[in-house]
Amino acid sequence: MSKLEAQRSWGERLILLVPYLWLAAFFLVPFLIVLKISLSHTAVAQPPYTPVFDVAAGWSGVIRALSTLSLENYALLGSDSLYLASYIKSLEIAAGSTLLLLLIGFPIAYGMARAPRRWQPVVFVLVVLPFWTSFLIRIYAWINILQRDGLLNQLLLALRIVDEPPAWLSTDTAVYLGIVYSYLPFMVLPIYATLEKMDETLLEAAADLGCPNWKAFWLVTLPLSRPGMVAGALLCFIPIVGEFVIPDLLGSSQTMMIGQTLWAEFFANRDWPVASAVAVVLLCLLVMPIVIYEQVQTRDLARGG
Amino acid sequence: MFAPWADPAARPLVRFDGVSKRFGTATAVERVSLDIFSGEFFALLGPSGCGKTTLLRLLAGLEMPDDGRILLDGAELTTVPPYRRPINLMFQSYALFPHLTVEGNVAFGLKQEALPKAEIASRVDEMLALVRLEGFAKRKPQHLSGGQRQRVALARSLIKRPRVLLLDEPLAALDKKLRSETQFELMQLQESLGLTFVIVTHDQQEAMTVAGRIAVMDHGRLVQVATPQEIYERPTSRWVADFIGEINLIEGSVTEVGRSGTVVASAAGRLRALSPADVTAGDVVWVALRPEKVRIALEPPPVEGENCVAGQVADIGYLGDLSIYKVRLDNGIIMKTAVANVTRLVERPINWDDRVWLTWSSEAAMVLTR
Amino acid sequence: MRRASWFNIGSLALGLAFLYLPIVILVIYSFNASRLVTVWGGWSIRWYAELIDDRAMLESAWVTLRIAFLSASAATVLGTLAALALVRFGRFRGRVLFSGMIYAPLVMPEVITGLALLLLFVAIDIDRGFWTIAIAHTTLITCFVTVVVQSRLLTFDTTLEEAAMNLGCPPVKTFLTVTLPLIAPALVSGWMLAFTLSLDDLVVASFTTGPGATTLPIRIYSEVRLGVKPEINAVCTILIALVAIGIASASLLAKFHHGGRGAMAGLAGR
Repeated sequence: MSKLEAQRSWGERLILLVPYLWLAAFFLVPFLIVLKISLSHTAVAQPPYTPVFDVAAGWSGVIRALSTLSLENYALLGSDSLYLASYIKSLEIAAGSTLLLLLIGFPIAYGMARAPRRWQPVVFVLVVLPFWTSFLIRIYAWINILQRDGLLNQLLLALRIVDEPPAWLSTDTAVYLGIVYSYLPFMVLPIYATLEKMDETLLEAAADLGCPNWKAFWLVTLPLSRPGMVAGALLCFIPIVGEFVIPDLLGSSQTMMIGQTLWAEFFANRDWPVASAVAVVLLCLLVMPIVIYEQVQTRDLARGG
Repeated sequence: MFAPWADPAARPLVRFDGVSKRFGTATAVERVSLDIFSGEFFALLGPSGCGKTTLLRLLAGLEMPDDGRILLDGAELTTVPPYRRPINLMFQSYALFPHLTVEGNVAFGLKQEALPKAEIASRVDEMLALVRLEGFAKRKPQHLSGGQRQRVALARSLIKRPRVLLLDEPLAALDKKLRSETQFELMQLQESLGLTFVIVTHDQQEAMTVAGRIAVMDHGRLVQVATPQEIYERPTSRWVADFIGEINLIEGSVTEVGRSGTVVASAAGRLRALSPADVTAGDVVWVALRPEKVRIALEPPPVEGENCVAGQVADIGYLGDLSIYKVRLDNGIIMKTAVANVTRLVERPINWDDRVWLTWSSEAAMVLTR
Repeated sequence: MRRASWFNIGSLALGLAFLYLPIVILVIYSFNASRLVTVWGGWSIRWYAELIDDRAMLESAWVTLRIAFLSASAATVLGTLAALALVRFGRFRGRVLFSGMIYAPLVMPEVITGLALLLLFVAIDIDRGFWTIAIAHTTLITCFVTVVVQSRLLTFDTTLEEAAMNLGCPPVKTFLTVTLPLIAPALVSGWMLAFTLSLDDLVVASFTTGPGATTLPIRIYSEVRLGVKPEINAVCTILIALVAIGIASASLLAKFHHGGRGAMAGLAGR
């Protein structure tokens, strides 16, 4: 086009190229390596796998390498029930805690959105603030409370609700608690954003047309906050599936979530190809909800939402 | 009289030569050729989306034309980047830098020229005095009223003494009273500084008030370029006549063309117009009448004949200075007439459903072919 | 009119209690004189005093801060460039891949990112330690900066840049004198967000660490696995205090400059 645009495009190219190359080198390429290693053979060596590609061998090397690609690691994932159980456990915990988060997060978001205007910034900051402190610290804080002679059991004993201190740590309950606690803002904030944007005259219009408050909530507020709920659910569900720290610190060691399995394969068993295969399958699992979300979003956009 | 556009020897300051601009498949400006002369107060007028702002941005260099050339003083301007053009723009949104003070905003243009600090300071003071903002130099724009912001924007775009000052709907954000005051201030400023102003507006009254010449635009094309009087009294098309002010249009066909005017046969009878028109007998034309040039009476005129129609008052609008009467003619056509309320009579002499006669002189009527 | 019903106030209060109680308890117990973490033995700053002598812990803290500072700064540069490309360039070749790479780390489980980066570092055979963690963290947190800066750029009034150019300011100078000062609050929030995320990260650091680069989360994690210790309570309290001071000063600064909007946007970015 014009000279002006041509001049600018040099700077523009640089602006684009720097982050592009960084992400390609440290995000895209690593995943290709994961994919590659998931297809190689396990070896007792350092590093603990036999390389599939030998770049120096050139094209013939690539041909030879392709013929030695193996799906044995994936076959192992399918045959050993440990992995399947792990995946199922992860999905189960992610689905359950997402549901819990919706049930707990919605009233909080609703309370925030309906708080008087001048309180809103304060309430907003109060809800978000704890999540600037370390994830690890927050989980650790729960260990303090949940351990056998911790505050929760002391309280329960003092109130004579229980006679024997129950074990809270190393249970699924603790995992759910930790997840709900850690992911709450990811659920609350998107819902709050849609509720806060909602035109309050809609509710007045509903009342004016003879709709009682509870019914207006059901017929107006809830449907309009759906985008926020969907976004919140995805923002929680996806990372929870791959969660490692919470189940590792609060959960039992009997059935591991997939993040733990991957960690164990990698650090304890030093089976990098299998760990890579676990990662690839997990990735494929997680792409699905993202694709669904994208479609919901484009549909909403198309409807002018 | 100042009328360089009528002088074939005059050299234009700005020349658009067959300029077109497309956005995707939409054409914003289509083959516009236009001359603007030094010292003019020129208005680009048209409904929203007609391409007038695009034309202004092309002149500022914020858009690049797809076709055609733009010349300044005879020199090629088309490929000059915006920051090298001696042309400044006052934005519709004012576009004041929120992180700079009033002073910083006004000084911004001079700072780009690396002038000595003392000179910048004195010129900023001078300019702030000119727009009566002396006490506000250290304020941030967000702490000013709408009118004050408007004056900061004006000062900022004037301080470089541009060859052409472009004003994009400069008064649109002001309320009505302030707007009409500011219009006269702008005119005085333009005259006293001797600069060339090009204003974009969708408000026909504003364009008529401030500008020496108006370019009426529609769908990216220039429809008529002329003085305000010419555009009002001699529009070249029904569209222009209707866009500028109110108009009554009566369709008919030409029966006579002669020295005593053009005679048109219409559903409202025989109409005679003295205005020159390039028509021959049998052409389909429209006789156009401004409402204020139509007389209304409760009695039929002594000689009924040409330029006289009868009807019933269908609606009355009282505007204070004027009253507008909508009259339904016997053949169903609605005609409007505006009557100046020259007395303080509270009782209206003409009322709803009254039988009335509308008359006008043949000098008042225009014949339009488009 | 807004009426705060009892249900609303109640759910909000319960929610806030749920959020704050564990942290408050942690802070209180860090001042516990007793070594038995579950028995209250009176107020004391004994564990803080012991921390000062804990060289390993201090070492970790120093490494973590350096990594966080470095990677937050790098991520702010990269993230801002990426945001500019996404907002200003319209369609360009490879845009889908680019935005995919930008947003994927937002939801990618950290175990996968960590594993992938480690395998890369092994493949190119570089010594793991300080620099590999810094690179990994930069990659992990760039997307957060991008999101924060992007939302600011989307609402940025580009006529301001046009006005600057119209007044004779060339494009690069326009960016430096008009655009950059105006998006600076977003850059600051982005940097802060990136800094705390790097400070916070355990998983990716565990994968990409090497000898001599034990970050604070890695150290805390290995201690926590062995049970609750009063020293850890003290470390955590100091970290909480630092974050609180950081947030408070940032929001005060933002309030001072821009009526509190910058900090709010930053907080919302989390």
